[in-house]
Amino acid sequence: MTKAKTLGLVIALVAFVGGWQLGQNSDSTPQITSSIGGASYSGGGDADRINTALPERTAIGETITVNPGDSIQAAVEAAQPGDTIQVMPGIYSETVYIDKDDIHLVGVIKSGERATLDGLGKLNDAILYSGNNILIANFKITRYKGNGIMSQAGNNFEIRNNIIIDTGIYGIFPQLGVNGVIEHNIVSGIADAAIYVGMSDNIHVAHNEVFDSVAGIEIENSRHAIVENNYTHNNSGGILAFITPGLPIKTTFDVIIRNNFILDNNIVNFAAPGSTVAGIPSGTGILVMAADDVIIEGNIIVNHKVAGILINDHGNAPGLTLDPDVDPNADRVMILDNVMHNNGYDTIDEVRAFALTELHTGDIDIFQIGPSQDSCIINRHRYHHVGLGDFAECDFTNTDSTHSYLLAGGAKPRVIESAERGEIAYMGICAGCHAYDDVLIGPSTRDIQAMYAGNAEGIVSYINAPFKVRPEYPEMPAQNYLDAETQLAVAEYLLDMDLGPVQP
Amino acid sequence: MALLLPTIFPTNLIKQVCRLLLASTLAYCSATAADSPLTESQPTSTAATIALSSNCPPSFMLSDNNQCQLRNLYQLYNSLGDHGIGGLKTALPAHRDGFSPQQIDLGRLLFFDPLLSADKSVSCASCHNPGQGFSDGLGRSIGIFGQRGTRSAPSLWNSAFIKDFFWDARAQTLEQQALSPLFSPQEMGNNPSQLLSSLQAVAAYPKLFKQAFPDSSDLSLDQIATALAAFQSSLISLNSRYDQYAHGYAEALNQQEIEGLNIFRSFVARCSQCHMPPLFTNQQIAVIGTPEPEGMPRDIGAEKTFGSVKLKGGFKVPSLRNIAETAPYMHSGRFETLREVAAFYSGGRGHAVPEGEDLLLHWHISEPNLTAYELDRLVDFMGTLSDSSLLPRTPKSVPSGLHILSEQKISEKIISNKSISENNHDKS
Repeated sequence: MTKAKTLGLVIALVAFVGGWQLGQNSDSTPQITSSIGGASYSGGGDADRINTALPERTAIGETITVNPGDSIQAAVEAAQPGDTIQVMPGIYSETVYIDKDDIHLVGVIKSGERATLDGLGKLNDAILYSGNNILIANFKITRYKGNGIMSQAGNNFEIRNNIIIDTGIYGIFPQLGVNGVIEHNIVSGIADAAIYVGMSDNIHVAHNEVFDSVAGIEIENSRHAIVENNYTHNNSGGILAFITPGLPIKTTFDVIIRNNFILDNNIVNFAAPGSTVAGIPSGTGILVMAADDVIIEGNIIVNHKVAGILINDHGNAPGLTLDPDVDPNADRVMILDNVMHNNGYDTIDEVRAFALTELHTGDIDIFQIGPSQDSCIINRHRYHHVGLGDFAECDFTNTDSTHSYLLAGGAKPRVIESAERGEIAYMGICAGCHAYDDVLIGPSTRDIQAMYAGNAEGIVSYINAPFKVRPEYPEMPAQNYLDAETQLAVAEYLLDMDLGPVQP
Repeated sequence: MALLLPTIFPTNLIKQVCRLLLASTLAYCSATAADSPLTESQPTSTAATIALSSNCPPSFMLSDNNQCQLRNLYQLYNSLGDHGIGGLKTALPAHRDGFSPQQIDLGRLLFFDPLLSADKSVSCASCHNPGQGFSDGLGRSIGIFGQRGTRSAPSLWNSAFIKDFFWDARAQTLEQQALSPLFSPQEMGNNPSQLLSSLQAVAAYPKLFKQAFPDSSDLSLDQIATALAAFQSSLISLNSRYDQYAHGYAEALNQQEIEGLNIFRSFVARCSQCHMPPLFTNQQIAVIGTPEPEGMPRDIGAEKTFGSVKLKGGFKVPSLRNIAETAPYMHSGRFETLREVAAFYSGGRGHAVPEGEDLLLHWHISEPNLTAYELDRLVDFMGTLSDSSLLPRTPKSVPSGLHILSEQKISEKIISNKSISENNHDKS
């Protein structure tokens, strides 16, 4: 059952037994608030003017150039953290995956001709990454089946200046990342969301054009995100901030949607059956579902059949799964000045029916249903609105003091002292075969200390390329998968272990 | 080391003498000492000589207050919001540890002791066999009197990181979980009073419980639950070839396995959307619509736990660590191989849900249309998640003197299961 249908059932029921909101929005002298000057919203982050998600590079590495006919992936495999990979204009048909840190993957644009990743309708994804401090810029990506650019758990990323056309399910999809910028991309023809920020924190989505997709820009189960200055048009829904129940991270809050052009998002919803976005009513400018602390400011929201802004709770979307750990309501939604025109002119029956309970007919700029605590709006008299009876007047008029939610200097890696690193590696790996005083599979740690006293480098060299020392033991497997820092730390830890006197 | 130590004194004496000698003799010393821990001595009938281990299992660090604290390489990393999900270098979810070495070792003895079941025929290890990925090779496990249950025995590897237990997520701690099978009529069929009296009747047990719980006077159900939880929380498998790749060693996986990883995390197959690294589960409930074995009605699963028809047929997303060791697959063992499982996910949304049955299928159950080549690569990749390097020692004998489930009995079980599943051929 689509969400629209089930939404309709519930709304129709409310309409039938309801009427409880009748007359709440009767016209009286409107409260007019000037948003020139006035108090600024100060929630959710610090006021530092941060424009980049990439920390300064720890080392200026080499620049590796990839020419048509070469493999981009081969360059990634050869690259060290700190390196920049420049991809010359031409066609590349491959999946590029970056499982290392601090790599800049940059296409070279010559007279408009781009480095083009072409999935030929056969390949799954164009670029996958899991490393931190990754930059992906200037590519054209087309004809992949899964994603244009997807990450799982990369922090401090920037995805800039890419043109992504017809690449399956998501155009740009960072997931489980902290601190990222998605700017100046043009994304179109995507069967789910053109730009999908999933379960991430501290994200900046700006100056993108997204169109001909089911959802334009989607902020899902994420916190501290700003979506500004984008142009989203001819999708089924323009910009979405919501919670999907059943995901391991349960909240969406502190989302600012401001200064976007959100126009004509009325195309037929062509999402796969069962997908969450299949429930977006075609003709929705902004959708807020179950997300908290969402501020909508300064957008131009024009020409949407269903509504300019649609706000609902999970209770009015019964096609979703049950998740007792999720707060289903969209609380503290804050609507500042927006330009809205010609919305809700051909809305769905469910919305129309609920509007009737407020004796509202005709256009609908803002439609709200379900509990919504501590929400507010200014200058509500400007709009055609339904369901805002409980919305107070906001006590601020702008978000000027919140420049971005990006983190100064980037998300930091966990700081691990060498001794702690050594202990973790010793206990996590070595202790499987080596006990202090007893023999498990290899010799005791005490024996090793005696052999390598003062010689941590000797241990490092042995564990990298072990050879058989004692016939009665199995040969030790190489531990060369540990990085050099960890190898040395574990060797020093082992030699420094105070084992006390020999047990009687 | 987790073992009984009646013979430790002479071994240590030899070693002590050896240590006085030069390094060149170390090989001999080690050779002498090597035999004792790997082949466990029989516990004697005089309980006074049995001592529980005072060392933590591998991967655990003994603290000053006699607690075993987990250490693993994923502690080098962060995770978003400390949720313990993400990509390669991502911290694991919160875990249980802090049990004493003696509690863990007592739990190990209890785990293997058939005395815990009503008719003394079944131990925890019967269905959670260390040699079979802490499962039993059966689609649906067999309890006392040969009763076949309706669900498969989940692997216990890495249960320290799991927040909800049983396929339907009805228990929230290892302790709650541990007692439930003991008293389930279909599983071990015991009851609290018989369990306590049978343990008290074995001379060794009250003394061993006293070692593990020195501050308590009487042997109690809580202590049994704690000891079993302690042992389960010590079953750590985090040193697979995948883990080596994750920590930055690209050569740990071959080309086909890396292709498999990329299919696994691609949004076409979407495996990693629920089986999220590094534990390879997001610990949520998912309704995926796998078929039950022929003739078995739909198991409603988490619908019962949460009282919502929206979760009908929903089960916990299992971790895929050591998944290659625990065939057959899914909550009731409908699929014999990982290849069949992968093919199920590629078979189309709801293709195995009978006509007219209403399930609210998970949104990631889609129509990925993976090729045969891609399905093979997924199987390759899942094989890289195997690691039994910290397999705990199976005791040679348990304090009750009862026989530990023999290898032979296990293989008989497998054969009987095979004949059942052959009758239940996949309809596809």
